[in-house]
Amino acid sequence: MILTTWPGACPTTAATSEMALAFVPTPAGGAAPDSFACHPGPRLLVLPALFDEANRLRRFTVATMRQLAAIGIASVLPDLPGCGESLAPLETQHIASWREAVAAAAAHFNASHVLTIRASACLAPPGLPGWHYAPHAPSSQLRQLLRAHTLAAREAGQSGSSESLLARGRMRGLDLAGYALGAQMITQLHAESPPPTLPVITQHALAAPGLWLRAEPGEDAAQAARLATLIAHTLPQSATTATCVAQPLRLAQ
Amino acid sequence: MGSMPDDTPGDTGTVLRAILGDVLGLGADQLAAFTDDTGLFGHLPELDSMAVAGLLTEIEDRFDIVIDDDDVDGELLESFGALRAFIAAKLAG
Repeated sequence: MILTTWPGACPTTAATSEMALAFVPTPAGGAAPDSFACHPGPRLLVLPALFDEANRLRRFTVATMRQLAAIGIASVLPDLPGCGESLAPLETQHIASWREAVAAAAAHFNASHVLTIRASACLAPPGLPGWHYAPHAPSSQLRQLLRAHTLAAREAGQSGSSESLLARGRMRGLDLAGYALGAQMITQLHAESPPPTLPVITQHALAAPGLWLRAEPGEDAAQAARLATLIAHTLPQSATTATCVAQPLRLAQ
Repeated sequence: MGSMPDDTPGDTGTVLRAILGDVLGLGADQLAAFTDDTGLFGHLPELDSMAVAGLLTEIEDRFDIVIDDDDVDGELLESFGALRAFIAAKLAG
């Protein structure tokens, strides 16, 4: 496992690089390549679930990446700007800016495939083959965040509805479940319920309940192994050879 | 998602138990102990507002119903029985 960086240049801050977690398989009897982008096998860009689901699915996501490495597939999990270790402010991010960032990550890591997790399905770079795992509409996730906020407000004796909250958020932004979402992010999340553009791996195929449902974060090694195996079995064997033009893998400072 | 699991009889209580099991990470034995009087919101520390929002969304998906803001009050989430009765009433239309 390597912690690395990629140039997720954010126009609104001085932050010029973002963090990513990379897993590169070590070939039997040989040295690991000095660059993720030069790994000769498949190089999978993994896009994390969004907001609260990212936390609940973090261990599952990384467990899946470890399983992929064990069967020869390199993978990299970038922080979305404003999330994880990112120095960029979340309130200035939106779906369109995340799409640009993801395209930059795909280019930097020379990704051959993409795996989206839940609502990150809407961020899949056009033209990159891959899979949507249990895709979820950003509009549905926003609805759930608004509902949680409304429930908590009612518990605290305040009135309000999800509709009025949404109207306010579209004007001024909102702090939902600890995430400072700007007006553009709220507006774009509300508008996003795209059909899948890649083959879908359903939760049913993993034969266990989705870990995003858990009230408290959980993990399930068997589910991660099943997801990795499904990816390996449906991976097109062509078009994965690296045309290596990228910089060597640098350790994060 | 969006449909009831194939391996359940499909009655409201069974499906609701399965959903609570998924949300709370409970096994079949623990879920079998749920009765109509079992307390939910305010009784189970894991069930905070975020978890309840997730629970309601999953109920909507699996039962194919819509739960309005106005439906959601303290009584709805007071107990397993109250939530089960609410879903049954929604399904009855």
